[in-house]
Amino acid sequence: MFSFGDIMSEAFVLILNWDRNLSEIVALSLRVTLSAVFLSCLIGLPLGALVGAFRFPGRGILTVLLNALMGLPPVVVGLFVYLMLSASGPLGPLQLLYTPLAMIIAQTILVTPIVAALTKQVVEDLHGEYAEQFASMGLRAYDRIAALLWDARYSLMTVALAGFGRAVAEVGAVLIVGGNINHVTRVMTTTIALETSKGNLELALALGVLLLSIAVIVNAVVMALRASAVRAAYA
Amino acid sequence: MRDTVMDMIPAQVATSAALLEARNLSFEAGGKRLIDGVSLTIREGSRTLIMGANGAGKSLLLRLLHGLLPPSAGQVLWRGATPDHTARRAQSMVFQRPVMLRRSVLANLNFALSMHGVRGAQRATEAGRALDMAGLTDLARHPARVLSGGEQQRLALARALIGQPHLLFLDEPTSSLDPASTQMIESLIDAAHARGVTIVMVTHDMGQARRMGDEVIFLHAGQVAETGPLDQVLRHPRSEAARAWTEGRLYTNSTL
Repeated sequence: MFSFGDIMSEAFVLILNWDRNLSEIVALSLRVTLSAVFLSCLIGLPLGALVGAFRFPGRGILTVLLNALMGLPPVVVGLFVYLMLSASGPLGPLQLLYTPLAMIIAQTILVTPIVAALTKQVVEDLHGEYAEQFASMGLRAYDRIAALLWDARYSLMTVALAGFGRAVAEVGAVLIVGGNINHVTRVMTTTIALETSKGNLELALALGVLLLSIAVIVNAVVMALRASAVRAAYA
Repeated sequence: MRDTVMDMIPAQVATSAALLEARNLSFEAGGKRLIDGVSLTIREGSRTLIMGANGAGKSLLLRLLHGLLPPSAGQVLWRGATPDHTARRAQSMVFQRPVMLRRSVLANLNFALSMHGVRGAQRATEAGRALDMAGLTDLARHPARVLSGGEQQRLALARALIGQPHLLFLDEPTSSLDPASTQMIESLIDAAHARGVTIVMVTHDMGQARRMGDEVIFLHAGQVAETGPLDQVLRHPRSEAARAWTEGRLYTNSTL
């Protein structure tokens, strides 16, 4: 039997005695997550803006697809990326399997539909206000998208946060394509899963507390930035 | 065709070239014909008012002329040809409810200048001039959306004029403004007209019509009921729809 209080206090001791191993795991988690969110925003923001602001054949299908893909099962994505990157897969020669890059690819696939679908909604609402003005000004498609993304940037911070939340908490896909290799592809979520199964609950809980703290801090910083910017200049 | 403008407009305008023409323009939505066979000519340098009762199709006609909506039938010509992107850049429009970008006052003007390819020092100079003209210099760094209605409409007008359009469409630009704001907007429109900008404006305000118009296109139920010099249409209307409107009577007949 274990006492929750004892494990909790030992977890905090582990955090306070911050060691190199912990740093490595946290740093890799942040690297993978932030890279995936960055790439997802790079793809998802313009894609979402395009779908939100323009009418074209297949727009309805694309919207349904993006919305459906928001709920992509991580293990399915992990399996798909695994098949693509495995030695016999089409991208096998790149030898990316069990590397942080493979984990970034898997998370990007998971997060991009979230960013694109939410961006579509934000941009569609804003475009409803701007459409006639933009048409009157004779704006080209590129200028429209750029202006919409710029003017919606504070709402889009929340979109990026949703993507960050999905990526940072993700375990199934990164476990499959990363392999949870110590000092190579071990991140917070996979370590929590591993250490829990080994009965090393103190370390698992310590990482859980850290994961939660990071999520809260990132959200708080972004929301504070957004609120102050909106208050200051862009009501 | 009801193109009777030509023989009724002031001599100096009548001799100027046709800037915009509508030929048998119609627009249908929801199975209803909202604009029905409208033909008209807007001459360079003129001040044309589109008037009529609520629901006559004034704002809709303005949008069709500006190319914001595709007509169901008929066509709009810009200097005798099908409008292209240069025609769009030579026109601008101020809406009844100004559309403010989620940016500062200055950034709203800078955006319009950028879209006209004006950058760097020239952009700063022209934006400063526009702010000054609209009396918004002190509010340059304020978010556009927190300005008062009058200030927003002045900014919308300054932004519309900043690309030096040949033709300015105005859709009831002062309908919700106080007299002081209305007077300022009218001064800005007058100044633009004095610089050679052709004006096409929708208004309900008889006093404003007398101050701002040369010619009137009077609409009823999506059709041109009457056109002519302002004084003639307002003082001696020939159509029953225009007569009822000037007398403040409700005219419900759906045909002319």
